[in-house]
This record gives sequence, structure tokens and C-alpha cells, in this order.
Amino acid sequence: MSIDLKYGVPTVCLHTSMFTTVTKSVVRMNGAPHMRQVYLPHPVMGKTPEEIRAFVFGISPVSGKAVMQEVVEGLTRALDDEDRKGLTFARTTPRLCESATEEQLQQQFHDNNWTDKLPVVLPTLERVAAMLKHTSRKADEVVGHHAATHFREVWQCTVEQVAVNAVMAGARPEYFPVILAIASTGASARGSSTSSMAGMVVVNGPVRKEINMNAGIGAMGPYNQANATIGRAFGLLSQNLQGGSVPGDTFMGSMGNALAYASPTFAENEERSPFEPLHVQRGFKAEQSVVSVFIGMRHMAFTLGLRHAHWKDHVRNLLRGMDPNESPTLLLDPIAARLFIDVGGLKTKKDLINWVAENGRMPAGEYWDYQLIQNYQYPRATFGEEPLASKLRAAPDEMIPMWTPEQVNVVVVGGETNGYWRIAGARLAATACVDDWR
Amino acid sequence: MSTPIVVHNPLGYPPKVAGKALAPRLDTLNGRTIYIVDCRFDDSDILLKSVQAWFTEHLPEVKTVYKPISSVYTKDDPATWQEIKEKGDAAVIGVGH
Repeated sequence: MSIDLKYGVPTVCLHTSMFTTVTKSVVRMNGAPHMRQVYLPHPVMGKTPEEIRAFVFGISPVSGKAVMQEVVEGLTRALDDEDRKGLTFARTTPRLCESATEEQLQQQFHDNNWTDKLPVVLPTLERVAAMLKHTSRKADEVVGHHAATHFREVWQCTVEQVAVNAVMAGARPEYFPVILAIASTGASARGSSTSSMAGMVVVNGPVRKEINMNAGIGAMGPYNQANATIGRAFGLLSQNLQGGSVPGDTFMGSMGNALAYASPTFAENEERSPFEPLHVQRGFKAEQSVVSVFIGMRHMAFTLGLRHAHWKDHVRNLLRGMDPNESPTLLLDPIAARLFIDVGGLKTKKDLINWVAENGRMPAGEYWDYQLIQNYQYPRATFGEEPLASKLRAAPDEMIPMWTPEQVNVVVVGGETNGYWRIAGARLAATACVDDWR
Repeated sequence: MSTPIVVHNPLGYPPKVAGKALAPRLDTLNGRTIYIVDCRFDDSDILLKSVQAWFTEHLPEVKTVYKPISSVYTKDDPATWQEIKEKGDAAVIGVGH
């Protein structure tokens, strides 16, 4: 859109038909609903050059016209008044809504796509007021801004609006500063990516104990009110404060992601961890309470313990199973964390992170052929960005690192019933201090 | 009649939308330079080169320039947009998927 609307160059945009609704919505929200857009059959990815050529030389499944005829017309058809005016409009968000019964309100919230399709706690005036008592911030203070993706419109939210979503999630009022800190990061647990991402939150510092979060047995499961409802609040506030998460429009995740129900939220088991806590590693003081918000969570690998003879091979195998475009976050039961020290000889978290970055390798030819690497890393490499540019110079059979140490995270969580551990594909998007929102 | 139940609306504040004019169109493509802009996502290179091939085969009087963006599609690319403004007359931009 920038080329046409900002730089004044007549432009036609080509998309596949699956993105008809979303692209029309995007140009409307950018004030140019008549942006010239042409739609091809879907999908393009994975098709042969001959098949793609047939798409381009063929008929649009949306308009029924020849694709390239539409392209030429889009560049040459004179503008009319509406093309020159664009579309100007403002929307309001009513502060309150009402109905005769709770059942009707639940249905209204459901039908408006304001829920995660599970019943919510209705945000009555009393419940929201109780939530607001647990922060010193004013109700109308702006907390942050959210968008479903980088190219969607950016919405703004207030303390009160975050409180409404916290109530809906079933959160107790004393959890509110944690939820505000999450909202302040602007990270979304409802990103619109076709890859169906979920969010994840790690909580560090004294607030974990203050609100009885679980870092032990079952910390990542449905066994603790704070863990469960703060994670659910992250999801609800993301969709409602960013302008929605509606399949086919503001959510394009092809398969969806069950992790998005919970946005796994848990406390790090600092007391049983042999490593520096995540927030201290990130520059906060141990006595500060901090949320670390991860996004892009889709896949996990797991195993039990570390075996003396072949642990390096086993860990390398797990790493090779990850998509190299997503950052690896190691989720270690305290038993597993100590095994990395006792069996692996990796005495500190930094040692472990460096080992992962050094040993997570694959042949360069395979690495560069991954679709997501082609989409997100290859363009940066071709324009000289290091260390990607050096990787690109590697011979196809040269074993190159999949990640830098900065991309690797380690979190200790679990109740030591056994030494299981996982690697989540999830990247750290932001950290925020909870104490700023008390 | 019973008193209605009043609750808060959970939505945030959307931005105001300001109308934007499309760039003036061309009278003809003959002799003009069209940038074929590749967003470098999901085989878009093959797609955009097919678009370029169509122009070569059907409108050879049009000059085309195949231009991949400078980085990933999530980043703005003002240097490329400026180049197109200075050296081109029109653009076709595409993404794969």
C-alpha cells in the first residue's frame, strides 16, 4: 500500500483468494477501500513454476476475469471520486452494554466474538471496580497498543479495559498488576499468523508467592487459579484490545492452536532451580517481579533426563526436530536442570545456552531450504545481515548453527516428580516489571 | 419489568481512519516501466517472475523490473519505494501463500 498511497506510484496488489476478506479489510482500515487488488487461486506455495504460471495467465477465482487483464486495468483505469477521497470514519467503543438476563449477555459476548468460546465471568460494574482497586493506576490511563499483525490497525487500551478482560477470564483482583504488565508489552496471544501461534508467560520474583502461582507439580497445566486465569486473560485481552481475532479476517491461523486457550502461564521455580532466574538474566533484580512474554509457541519436543553415554546425541536430535526459524526455549524440570550440570558439565545457564547454540546445527543446504527460513531469514541474509550472511556463504553440506545464543532461552519449571524436560518453539517478545503496575 | 444487567464492554479503542487517495493511474502502459515487486514470502519469487513473463510475452513494449524487497515483508522498505518512485511508472506487488 505504501508505494501507492504514500509514494504516489500506481500499484496493483496480488494476493491469493484465501486472503480476499482480510486484504479488503486491511485496505479499508487504511482509508483506501478501493485499492486495486487482484486475486489468484490459492495456494501458491509448493506449486510448480508451470502451475503458478497457469494461475497468473489464467482466471481469477474471485472476479472471474483474467488475472492479468485485471492487473493492467488496475494500473490504467482512471480514478473516480471515491478512489480520490478514500474512506474516512471513526468508531466508538461504548463503555457499557446491557441485557435482561445473564444468559443473554453470555450469548451476546459469544456472538460478538468477545470470548474464547467458553463461558466468561460477566464484567459487572462491581467486579471491574474490585479489579481496579488492585492498581494505583487510573482507570482511564493508557496501558498500551495492540495489533493482530504488524500490518493491521493498532488499537489502544486503558487500565479499565484490561480490567474488564481480566474479570472475564476469572482472574482474582490481586492478579491484576501481573495482567496489566502483560498488556503493557503490546505482545499478542492472538497473532493472526497463518502458522497459528500461541503466547506463553513466565512470571518471576516475589509476586509468584504473593498470588500463589504454581511453579511446581502441574505448573503448566490446569491446576492453579492464578496460572490458569492470568493466561486466559492474556488471550482475551489480546483479541479484544487489538480489534478482534476472527477466523478468516483478523485470524488466519490455518490449523488453530489448542495452546491458545491457556496461553501457558506459570511461575519459574526459582527456589529449586540451579540456574539464574530468567528475569535476573534479563537485567532485573531478583526482588523485582517480572513477566516475560513469549510468542510464536506452536511446537514442543520432549524427553526424559540426560543419559551419560548419548545425552549429546539425544539433545541434538531434539534440536534438529525444531523448525529453525523459531527460537528454542528449554523448559526444564529442576531435576533435568541439575542433570545438565551433573551429567552435561554445563555449570551455568549461560553454559547451557551456548552449548545449545553451538550444537543445534544442520547442513546449510537443508537450513536454507526450510520454507520459513526462506520467508524470514534468507531475505535478510541476501542483504548482508550477520550472522545470516556468513551462513549463506556456507557450502550446502557444511553444518551451520540454527540459532544464536541470544535466541535461546532456559526456564526451570516443574515439581520434580521426574526429570522430564521440553523444548518449546517460542521466542521472547518482551519483559515488563509487574511492580510498575501495582 | 426487571432491571437490565449492565456490564462493561471488553473492547479497546480503534484508531480513526483517514481517507487516502489512490495514486493517479497511467493513460497507457506503452513505453512505461513497471516494477514487479517481490515480497519474498512463500514462493512469491516464482509468482512475480510469472507476472514479468506475461508482460514480456503480451506487452513487450512495457519495460519491467523484477525487484525483491530489501528484507522481510514485515519491515518497511523506504529505499525500495523511493527507487520505484524515481525510476518507475507503476508497480505490481505480490505475496505468495
